[in-house]
Amino acid sequence: MSKSMRIFTLALASVLLIAGAASVPAASSEADFKAAYAAAEAANKEAGSLRNQWTVTAAALAAAKKAADAGDFDQAVAQSKEAEALAKASIYQATSEKELWKTLEIR
Amino acid sequence: MASTIRVRATSSGETTEVQALIQHPMDSGFVKDVKGEIIPPHFIQQLTFEYDGKSVFVADWGPAVSKDPYVKFSFKGGKKGDDLKISWVDNKGATDTITAKIQ
Amino acid sequence: MHVRSAIHFALAALALAALPFLAAPSAVADDTSDPVADARAFQKYFTEKFPKLKLEDFVNGPYSMNEDMHRQWEEKEQFPPYEFSVEMGKEMFAKPFKNGKSYADCFPNGGVGIRQNYPYFDDKEGKVITLELALNRCREANDEAPFSYVKDEMAALTAYMAFTSRGKPFDIKIPNDPRALQAYQNGKRYFYTRRGQLNFSCATCHVQSPGERIRAEVLAPALGLMNAMPIYRSEWSGMGTTSRRFTTCNSQIRGVPLDPQADEYRDLEYYLSYVSNGLPISGPGARP
Repeated sequence: MSKSMRIFTLALASVLLIAGAASVPAASSEADFKAAYAAAEAANKEAGSLRNQWTVTAAALAAAKKAADAGDFDQAVAQSKEAEALAKASIYQATSEKELWKTLEIR
Repeated sequence: MASTIRVRATSSGETTEVQALIQHPMDSGFVKDVKGEIIPPHFIQQLTFEYDGKSVFVADWGPAVSKDPYVKFSFKGGKKGDDLKISWVDNKGATDTITAKIQ
Repeated sequence: MHVRSAIHFALAALALAALPFLAAPSAVADDTSDPVADARAFQKYFTEKFPKLKLEDFVNGPYSMNEDMHRQWEEKEQFPPYEFSVEMGKEMFAKPFKNGKSYADCFPNGGVGIRQNYPYFDDKEGKVITLELALNRCREANDEAPFSYVKDEMAALTAYMAFTSRGKPFDIKIPNDPRALQAYQNGKRYFYTRRGQLNFSCATCHVQSPGERIRAEVLAPALGLMNAMPIYRSEWSGMGTTSRRFTTCNSQIRGVPLDPQADEYRDLEYYLSYVSNGLPISGPGARP
């Protein structure tokens, strides 16, 4: 992928993530949080098996847990979904880089 | 025990250039350790270079100076073979001193 | 728009965008497994990029990239900040373990003047052994507790050992063993792979942008990068080892660091050291 195209796709993804994260469904429950958190953790675990976890994923998971402990399940769900998105992006990165690293190699 | 002060003084006839490296933690008192507790302040408060009985350079230091400080300066005069005395005092009252020959 | 569907849309968009590029594999040439050719190409790339530099200048990292910094560094070398660490390392190295043996018993030539041979591939274990790993293994074999890999005692010991090898050219060997070649390949792949939320690879800074700035720092070229290790970094106000640099680099680009002597890092050090073969050891070094 050319450098500008890569920047474009990442910019596109981040704009969509921000747009998506701004809107939240009405009053999440603890069950909603537990499901969202489990999904995020599973994705982050997969990223871990690919040896490519991001620090921001861990931060989002921690923020989700902190919000849940304080009883703010809307925020907890939002942070969990953010964590899941970040974890999935890190998986995508690790997978695509398996081939794409060669584009940077000095020959 | 080895001195905390390393110094090199070189005379060019008219002026003498002095370089010194001092081993000292220079803890500002604003930094916390891994447990979250403040590391108490521990820094050099005064550093003095004396030649021929007179102070040629005096530094009043505080928490802003980093660990293992390095100083470089020049003074008028100073002959090869003469002594240069360096000493420091820190906020805990500890001191160290060394006398070096000007090269 | 629901958060979930926004994410799905974003991922779909990413996947769609990537398709035309992944569908054209001919754009990505097949990777070679020829370390000799790699090293030659690697050194050629940097010497052509910086024609005014001599090959041995590359071991000074950012100081060869910037004249003002070079002048300051030359002054600093008269009273280098790593001096205290080298002295501490020398004392530590000479002090025997509780059982009477010493570090000298673990290393060829008593541990003096051998740093340029590390990392090496151990055919019994089938893995790369770095100097830091060898030192801790020496301790454990003699019933001493291992040191942290990233700083303090480990940095002092490696600083002393590097100092005894100053000027000697890097002499990393890849034996005729498919596992060694694989380790080298792993290291190479790691070096060029993008990672972390900031999506940088080691190459992004050290191959694409040496001499340029990242925030306030001047970037070092990848050629000669390992030669100055371990380093006293003003940023750390202290010494740090190769593994300290690898782990902190990872977190700086927002990737979770691996264990300091994880296979990936050992292989990375193997690759980076090999492609700098012939360049002199300049360690320990001082860096901003």
